[in-house]
Order: sequence, then C-alpha cells, then structure tokens
Amino acid sequence: MPEPPSFDEAPLVLRAKAGDDTAFADLVKHYERRIFRLAKNITQNDEDAEDVLQESFMKSYENLDRFQGNSKFYTWLVRIAVNEALMKLRKRKSDKSVSLDEQLDTGEDTLVREIAVWDDDPEQKYSQEELRSILDNAVSSLEPIYSTVFQLRDVDELSTEETAEVLGISVPAVKSRLLRARLQLREKLTRFFQRKGDDVFAYL
Amino acid sequence: MTSLLTCKDFLRELNEFLDPGSTDPAARQELEKHVNECPNCWVVVDTTKKTLKVFKGMQASEVPSRIKDRLMAALERKMASRKPGGCGGGDTHAS
Ligand SMILES: [Zn+2]
Repeated sequence: MPEPPSFDEAPLVLRAKAGDDTAFADLVKHYERRIFRLAKNITQNDEDAEDVLQESFMKSYENLDRFQGNSKFYTWLVRIAVNEALMKLRKRKSDKSVSLDEQLDTGEDTLVREIAVWDDDPEQKYSQEELRSILDNAVSSLEPIYSTVFQLRDVDELSTEETAEVLGISVPAVKSRLLRARLQLREKLTRFFQRKGDDVFAYL
Repeated sequence: MTSLLTCKDFLRELNEFLDPGSTDPAARQELEKHVNECPNCWVVVDTTKKTLKVFKGMQASEVPSRIKDRLMAALERKMASRKPGGCGGGDTHAS
C-alpha cells in the first residue's frame, strides 16, 4: 500500500521555535503542497490560493512563539490557512456570511445513483499523471464544504474532532459532509474505474 | 433473525462501517449482515474503499515553481527583518 512516508515534524518545530529559520523553511517545503491544495479547494481560484499559501506561512512564522504544541503544527497551520481562505472568499464575494458552516446538507439524499463493479486495482489502468488529473478534477468538482472535509479527514488524516475544530463546524457536520463527499467521489470515479464490459445498474 | 436494515439505513451508516472502532459490535453485526446479503451495498462499500485508497496513495501536486519562489522570497525578507543582529535566540524587540 503506497502510504506516504511518515514525517516527524516535532524536532523541526522545536528548532524553528528556537529561531532556526532553516528548520522553518523545511516545514514550509514539507507542507506547502497540502496547504496550496487546501487553499485551492476552498477558494476555487489559483490566484487566491497563491495569496493564501503565502499569508498562511507568513502568519505562522510571525506567530510561531504562540504555538503551544498541544496540537500538531500542521493542524495549527491548517487553521490559519482556512481562516485566510475564508477571508479571500468573503472579499471576492463581498458577502459577509461566507463560512464553511452553512447547512446545505439535505441529509436524505444518499447520492448513490450508479452501481458498477470496479477493477481490483483500478488506478493501474492510468499513468500517474492521468490519475492525478482524474482525482483532482473529481475533487474540484465538489462544493468546497465537501472537498475540504474530504481532504482533511481522508487525505491528510486529521481526526473528526480536529477537522471540526479547524473548520469551525460541528462533529456531526463533519461526519455527514464526509459521507456525502465520499459517495460523490465514488460516483464520479465510477466511469474511470469500472470493470470493462460490466453494466452499470441503477441503484434502488 | 431477519435484518430490518434497508439500503438507505445502511448507507447512512457507511462511514461507521468503513471506520472500524466507531460502532458497537451489535450494530456492526447488523451492517455486516446487510452488506453480505445485498450485492448493491457490497459494491458501494467496495468502490468507496477503493476511492479512499486511490486518494490516500496520491500526493498533492507540486506547487508551481513561480509560486514557490515567491513564497520563499517573501519569507526570507521576513526572516531577515527579524534578525537584526544575525544570530537568533534573542527575545529583544526594538521600540
Ligand atoms: Zn443494501
């Protein structure tokens, strides 16, 4: 299973807090991709995402002495990035009410429309590059409230509670959005990953 | 015992089913029973597991180098402005 190699941020965080800028730069290099992806998910705009990326690392650098180390540095960084991204959205939409807290969930719609068996290792039909664009497109076609929860919970592997905390939403909201995100992605990926020759059945 | 779980009930509990440890054993048994008897829900479980697996195996895309360079340049300016004396560790602030 292609697990990402485990990375222990703690020694770097300690050194960075003690004033070692090289250590901070290493943290930036390690997390910039994930923060940029998160920023793109929320703002759905490359230009805003670039600003969010920069602001997030600048603020985390400025406030590093306030970081207590009760949570992971990454979780703290995500919280900063989410706030920055929401500020961008508010500015762009000139709408004060933008948050990730909107209750858009209809609850009853379980979003399963198609049933088709997939190949055993469906990703092997595609090159890395093709696969990346399939997955990126699937995620970016979700509403930000779903793609963000999905990224934090299932890709970055934050806990349900951490996800709720960084997004400023309730634990039940995280759970229901995660379910909808997973089912929507499953649905979107079906046409790429279904076993050849099998029919697609409508779900009852 | 007949299972009273409908497909809709099952889907509502799909997360609990996929994240072991979050359901009590009796409820879990009900879910297992449904998925073993219902081909449609079996496919949903299987394909959702595969969905999670492909995403977990995929690293985030590289940040475009223009954006990385801009970020690093901004940070270096900030770092330089914070270290008037050169060596770090001091807590003294001007003004
Ligand atoms: Zn069923």
